[in-house]
Amino acid sequence: MSKGVFSPKTWLLLAAAVACMAVAPQFLSRFYTYLISLVLVTGLLAMSLNLVLGYGGLYQFHHAVFYGVGAYTFALMRVKTGLPSIWAYLAAPVAALLLSLLIGWICVRLSKLYFGMLQISLGSLVWAIVYRWYSFTGGDDGIHGVPVPEALSSIDNAYYFTSAVTLVCLFLMYLIVNSPFGRVFQATRDNPERSEAIGVNVKRQQLVGLMVAGFFAGVAGSLFVTIEGSVFPDMMFWTLSLEILIMCLLGGWFSFFGPMLGAAIVVVLRTVMGIHTEYWTLILGVMLMLLIFFLPEGVLGYFTARWGSRRRAAMEDL
Amino acid sequence: MLEVRDVRKSFDGFMAVNEGNLTVERGKIVAVIGPNGAGKSTLFKLITGHLKPDGGSIRYKGEDIAGLPPYTICRRGISLSFQIVNIFHRLSVFDNVQAAILSRQRKTFNLFTPAARLAREETMRIIDAVGLSDRLDAVSSTLAYGDQKVLEIAIALGNDPELLILDEPTAGMSPEETAATIGLIRRLTREMGLTILFCEHDMELVFAIADEIMVMRQGATIIQGPGEVVRADPDVQEAYLGGGH
Repeated sequence: MSKGVFSPKTWLLLAAAVACMAVAPQFLSRFYTYLISLVLVTGLLAMSLNLVLGYGGLYQFHHAVFYGVGAYTFALMRVKTGLPSIWAYLAAPVAALLLSLLIGWICVRLSKLYFGMLQISLGSLVWAIVYRWYSFTGGDDGIHGVPVPEALSSIDNAYYFTSAVTLVCLFLMYLIVNSPFGRVFQATRDNPERSEAIGVNVKRQQLVGLMVAGFFAGVAGSLFVTIEGSVFPDMMFWTLSLEILIMCLLGGWFSFFGPMLGAAIVVVLRTVMGIHTEYWTLILGVMLMLLIFFLPEGVLGYFTARWGSRRRAAMEDL
Repeated sequence: MLEVRDVRKSFDGFMAVNEGNLTVERGKIVAVIGPNGAGKSTLFKLITGHLKPDGGSIRYKGEDIAGLPPYTICRRGISLSFQIVNIFHRLSVFDNVQAAILSRQRKTFNLFTPAARLAREETMRIIDAVGLSDRLDAVSSTLAYGDQKVLEIAIALGNDPELLILDEPTAGMSPEETAATIGLIRRLTREMGLTILFCEHDMELVFAIADEIMVMRQGATIIQGPGEVVRADPDVQEAYLGGGH
């Protein structure tokens, strides 16, 4: 068994992916570079949700709140203070983490659907405050023209920055999922009662998981403002939470990269089909129904399972 | 090592356990027997903290542990193997056992070290001891029922307990699996120095391996003593062994 974090083959694949991403803007129009950036940001958000949903078994129904709070923190720091942008980039995930601590601390007392219902109400409360507080958050207008650092003002540079930060975040998430914390977190998902019986403080384990997920959602929020230059309350409305939940299910919530794939499908579908019809969600709905019937583990979940069984069969043939 | 005195627990007015009394000495195998609904599982759950007693005392190594949360009791050295298979069904056999060891080593908040490198030897030793080493990477939900019960015990061993509580360890097992499990229980006390408390329906098994037997009926302890004393007790014969033989 290899002792490294990845096998040599995975390193090779990773290097190839990074190389593709590095040269992509040379061949793509500004629009597609922007689209890929948006997929990466949304994918990072969906993957942060999946940390608690797929790995922790927690029904975090209103995850977009942490994304929104990250984005607003970044925007407000840029607009209202003269601090260098690095502080805004640091403050965004920290603010999201602190909010996760607060909401999570209340919610972990409940389990399963009750957790989800309480979480959605507390999240909506935050949304309502942001939506109404005109003097501070700009209310339903949001904040536009957020000054982004000079170096990131071109879409190509914003794309490189977004990709780099996303890659680092994915690497950290991968480490976390495979760390002792990640293993035990998955154990609490499978069987909370048994986890208590092996000496795990389940609620504390869940709270730390929620904070980690909130942190990465906050990073995604700050990246969104970097690309878009504006924030608006819709970023933390419950419909977006539902959308990223669908991305997780669509891509496969028991596979690491599943939510990223789900995000790519939804974002591209919305952008491409949205040009032709405003009823693009109809197509998404049909896809979801097919998914439930034929690929209950999600697209990527389905292919990893197939690939895994073929590999096992090949090994048994040897 | 463990002293349970007059412990009580009722559910919605139904007295599941009243006057539960039990003494477990270090290094012994103690069995709890009694008809269905006598309160055996409830008693075990009271000891391990999965249920809070309404009254009475539970002392472990001289300290009162009644009403503490399960994870605290587990950290004091009492480990429970459940009656119903209660494993981490999406994790591999290795990960199931390793989770218990990582928890004992207080590594559950270590976020950045690859878990694959940690506690390998100890995990392998336990899996070898219970005989599951050929199913190491199998997802635990795909195991045969008997193997899942054995994995259940292996998880409990991962906590390196001093007192291991087994709730019907051989329930639903084939005769071969039962024999293997008995062999395992004997080995655990002899080689690892464990104290074992278990309950079981199979009387032959109980009398064959238990040093002491405690008999329960309708939530109350009737008697506790060595096999021959229990067998000879008129109350037990009438109440439980049916007096038929």
